[in-house]
Amino acid sequence: MRTYLSVGKLRFIHGMQYRTAAFAGIATQFFFGFVFIMIFVAFYSHSTVEQPISLEQVVSYSWLRQAFLAFVALWFRDSEIFQLITSGNVAYELCRPCRLYEFWFSKLVGQRLSYAVLRCFPILAVTFFLPAPYRLNPPASAESLSLFVAALLLGLLVNVAISMFIYISVFWTMSPIGSTMMIAIVGDFFSGMLIPVPLMPDWLQQVSYALPFRWALDFPFRVYSGNIATAEALWGILIQAVWIVALFLLGRWALQRSLRKLVVQGG
Amino acid sequence: MITLNGISKSFKVAKRSAGLRQAAKALFVREHTIVEALRDITFSIGKGEIVGYIGPNGAGKSTSIKVMSGILVPDRGSCEIMGYTPWKERTAYVKQIGVVFGQRSQLWWDVPVIDSFELLRDIYKIPTQVYRANVDLLTETLDLASLLPTPVRQLSLGQRMRCEIAASLLHDPQVLFLDEPTIGLDAVSKIAVRHFIQTINKEKGITVVLTTHDMNDIEALANRILMIGHGRLLYDGSLGELRRRFGAQKTITVEYREHSLPVRVEGAELLSWTAERAMFTVDTSRCKVADAIAQLSEQLELVDVAVEATPIDEIIVQLYKEHSL
Repeated sequence: MRTYLSVGKLRFIHGMQYRTAAFAGIATQFFFGFVFIMIFVAFYSHSTVEQPISLEQVVSYSWLRQAFLAFVALWFRDSEIFQLITSGNVAYELCRPCRLYEFWFSKLVGQRLSYAVLRCFPILAVTFFLPAPYRLNPPASAESLSLFVAALLLGLLVNVAISMFIYISVFWTMSPIGSTMMIAIVGDFFSGMLIPVPLMPDWLQQVSYALPFRWALDFPFRVYSGNIATAEALWGILIQAVWIVALFLLGRWALQRSLRKLVVQGG
Repeated sequence: MITLNGISKSFKVAKRSAGLRQAAKALFVREHTIVEALRDITFSIGKGEIVGYIGPNGAGKSTSIKVMSGILVPDRGSCEIMGYTPWKERTAYVKQIGVVFGQRSQLWWDVPVIDSFELLRDIYKIPTQVYRANVDLLTETLDLASLLPTPVRQLSLGQRMRCEIAASLLHDPQVLFLDEPTIGLDAVSKIAVRHFIQTINKEKGITVVLTTHDMNDIEALANRILMIGHGRLLYDGSLGELRRRFGAQKTITVEYREHSLPVRVEGAELLSWTAERAMFTVDTSRCKVADAIAQLSEQLELVDVAVEATPIDEIIVQLYKEHSL
């Protein structure tokens, strides 16, 4: 266990060095945050029926997504692992006395944590004080806040467990582009990255609820604003845990299989 | 210590000829060829030996190292190293070995070397005292003091290789696999690396298996050579024996007053000829060096004579030739 904490820590420290990248990231995330919210403001002001999620909740949802983008975005990846695989440097990782799946898993968690820590505080701090429709509202209650923190962290694990499949697929395809595109586009849509799940048509909501992706994003952000009530949130956290275990076991099995047919190329 | 018995491994390689038409065809039908990287490799290595593993490019050296370090699973055959089968008890086994792949890096590119070392300490669960002692020893013998706080991307190749070797020894392995540890290094770094390998072999009794293309590495380090070609083990013996077998030849270089026609020497073979300088090889089992020189001095007005033993590189080339590699 210490091994995995240690690799996560090193990746975290490693990620914390890139300050300029963080500033650029924050600027981009503000920009897209405003664009999304403007669209939703226009949409709500012309809507005649009552929506299943209020404008305030959607605004909070959007800012949280921007602040914790590194937790929730599937296209966000560690190119180092891709290089390890395609260049054959994975050979070294295989002569270590630890399990490769857990090793990479901790590395990815460390990376996403470092990115989010660098970016979330400035975004949260500023958006709390923005004028009315654009403001990030405080959490619905103290319970929703603590449930949100738990759900967000578990969501990070869901997301990393899903993204592991992208890395594993590279053992077969030798190129990360295709699998990243496919998993990221499908995943980011059904996770509620583009439109919050409650605003989707019924049949799309059903699809989204059946898939693991929304548990990383839609779920924690709606818990924050109280759109998902406390009792339901507790059940949700349990379902998150089940998904994490299932994805973890499946991913580990898939990696084991791909290693058995491994060819380490060159020299 | 290390025993390989009948290890075979083949790879399936996708293949197509050049050209657009072939590329289009490959979209539908893939042609594969089977490359037999290792065929029936059998040898054993004792504790504390330094063994040089040589062979031309693509002979199967690296594949053997990967099998022995538990990365690849062979198709057939058995391998026992310190009582483990590498690919079966991988996790327990790899704690006992150190591996350096000269063409790859195990250090984290963007962080100081010492951070990578500390990660390795946690990966191998090295007790703090042992870790301290080993870092101190390695820092001293490999002269790493100024390198440890430097990010890896800022190191030169020679400096990086010293750190790589140190990284593979932090956990006190009993066997060290070095896959081309001196590739691309300058003369000073090469000598430093060789010297260090000798030291740890003597002081800690670590068994070393190294692959290399630099015969000076072999000459400086290995008492025993394994030669592999086309996936087969072709030679297993000492360097001295190899010399006796092929090194019976001497090279004679003579300089003389201008002479326009090549001369013939009984029992010697002409290697090169100019009007003022010539090289011969003499098989000392057929002709004494003195006789050859006597014959030369009869025909030429000699200015200078030099006699050399055949360099190890040429012996290896002859060995490759003998097996038509």
